[in-house]
Amino acid sequence: MSAFLRVAALVVRKDLTVEVRSFEVLSTTLFFAVTVVLIFAFGFVKEGVPLDGVAAAILWIALAFSGTLALGRTFERERQADTLRALMLAPADRPALYAGKLAGILMLMALVEAVLVPMVGLMFQAPVFFAPGHLAALLAAGTLGFAAVGTLFAAMLVRARSRDVLLPVLLYPMTVPVMIAGVRGTAALFQPEADLELAQFWLALLVFFDAVFVTLALWTFEPLMTD
Amino acid sequence: MSGDFDHVSVVQLGRHYGRRRALTDISFTARAGAIVGLLGSNGAGKSTLLSILGTLLVASTGHVKYGGVTVTEGGPGLRSRIGMLGHDLFLYPELTARENLVFFGRLYGLDGVEGRVATALDHAGLAARGDDPVSSYSRGMRQRVALERALLHGPRLLLLDEPFTGLDQASAAALVGRLRHEQARGVITILATHDLDVVDGLLSEVVFLHGGRRATAATTAGTLRDRYREAMQSA
Repeated sequence: MSAFLRVAALVVRKDLTVEVRSFEVLSTTLFFAVTVVLIFAFGFVKEGVPLDGVAAAILWIALAFSGTLALGRTFERERQADTLRALMLAPADRPALYAGKLAGILMLMALVEAVLVPMVGLMFQAPVFFAPGHLAALLAAGTLGFAAVGTLFAAMLVRARSRDVLLPVLLYPMTVPVMIAGVRGTAALFQPEADLELAQFWLALLVFFDAVFVTLALWTFEPLMTD
Repeated sequence: MSGDFDHVSVVQLGRHYGRRRALTDISFTARAGAIVGLLGSNGAGKSTLLSILGTLLVASTGHVKYGGVTVTEGGPGLRSRIGMLGHDLFLYPELTARENLVFFGRLYGLDGVEGRVATALDHAGLAARGDDPVSSYSRGMRQRVALERALLHGPRLLLLDEPFTGLDQASAAALVGRLRHEQARGVITILATHDLDVVDGLLSEVVFLHGGRRATAATTAGTLRDRYREAMQSA
């Protein structure tokens, strides 16, 4: 295994061990995501019939909000005993540390999505199992784009006093393209006649955004963290 | 050993945050076996200087040379020769002491991590409690584990930020003993502290800082506290 992957795997394993012990980030993120969907369900479902075309947007809003919470809590943990600085001190490639933190966040969000998708399907009568491969790919690509930027910003802001406010202020405008592609692609799958071609178009766009965001984040992580 | 050096030179170092100058024109050299004290009031620039020495922060002006190389030239290999204990302890409270040390040992790519960790826990006097979560430890016990984490990879340069904070007399004396042991091994220790009485007699060189600038005491006689007072008054 290359040194890069070895370091990233170590960070992921450490994050998962800490999460298994505390169960803090997953429980709060999941609770928040479920609450968001429930609140939207109270507003947009009348007598058991949801408004047309809202399911995709609600799914992605819940993911964005709960993802922001997960990012904040994950890096708050690294801030409390200043352990992020301890990671940065190690003679490892600093982008590998970023990759490890990103992978941990992705795993966490995948667990949240595993609960959220069936819930949105149930509440908003969305055909979430019509093209599961396409939906999974859209969610995976969208989550990667969102988390790639979010992990970079959350790490940068870890020592900032107003990090809780700054994270969404910086993150949401930057990830608007990911959100648009995610919502439009998912909406194409959720409409009465699913449009797989349109979903694939948005998926390709998401993959492009992912490539750009991940490359930029890996490239800028070290200088941003040491200046 | 890769990235090893026998002295650290701080040359006209400066760091500013926007218009605020945290450090201005700091220079000194520390050789193998030296214990250098960074002394100054809160906000004097001690932690900033330690962060730059630890490669966590980039200097705005001047540079640090580790032997003959700068941070840029040394790369990650240079960091394998630096150990740092921050004001916060750099430990995950949810993990046990052993898990913390094994994690950092592997992150540093050390061979025989389990054996090194067992020795480190022995040094910390925590062999029997190595599998307890760090969150269950007292401040002194955490500080001992944190010091062992900083020393696990056998660094040449040891950076300590307020290492005596919260320690009782016996723990502080044990820490002084450990630093003398590392001094004998040729480790360069640079520590920031307010505990002047504890480090009096331990330090081989003192750098007084005031408002981000180096201050000097006119005399080298008297206690460290007297010299500190004089340096601060003359600044």
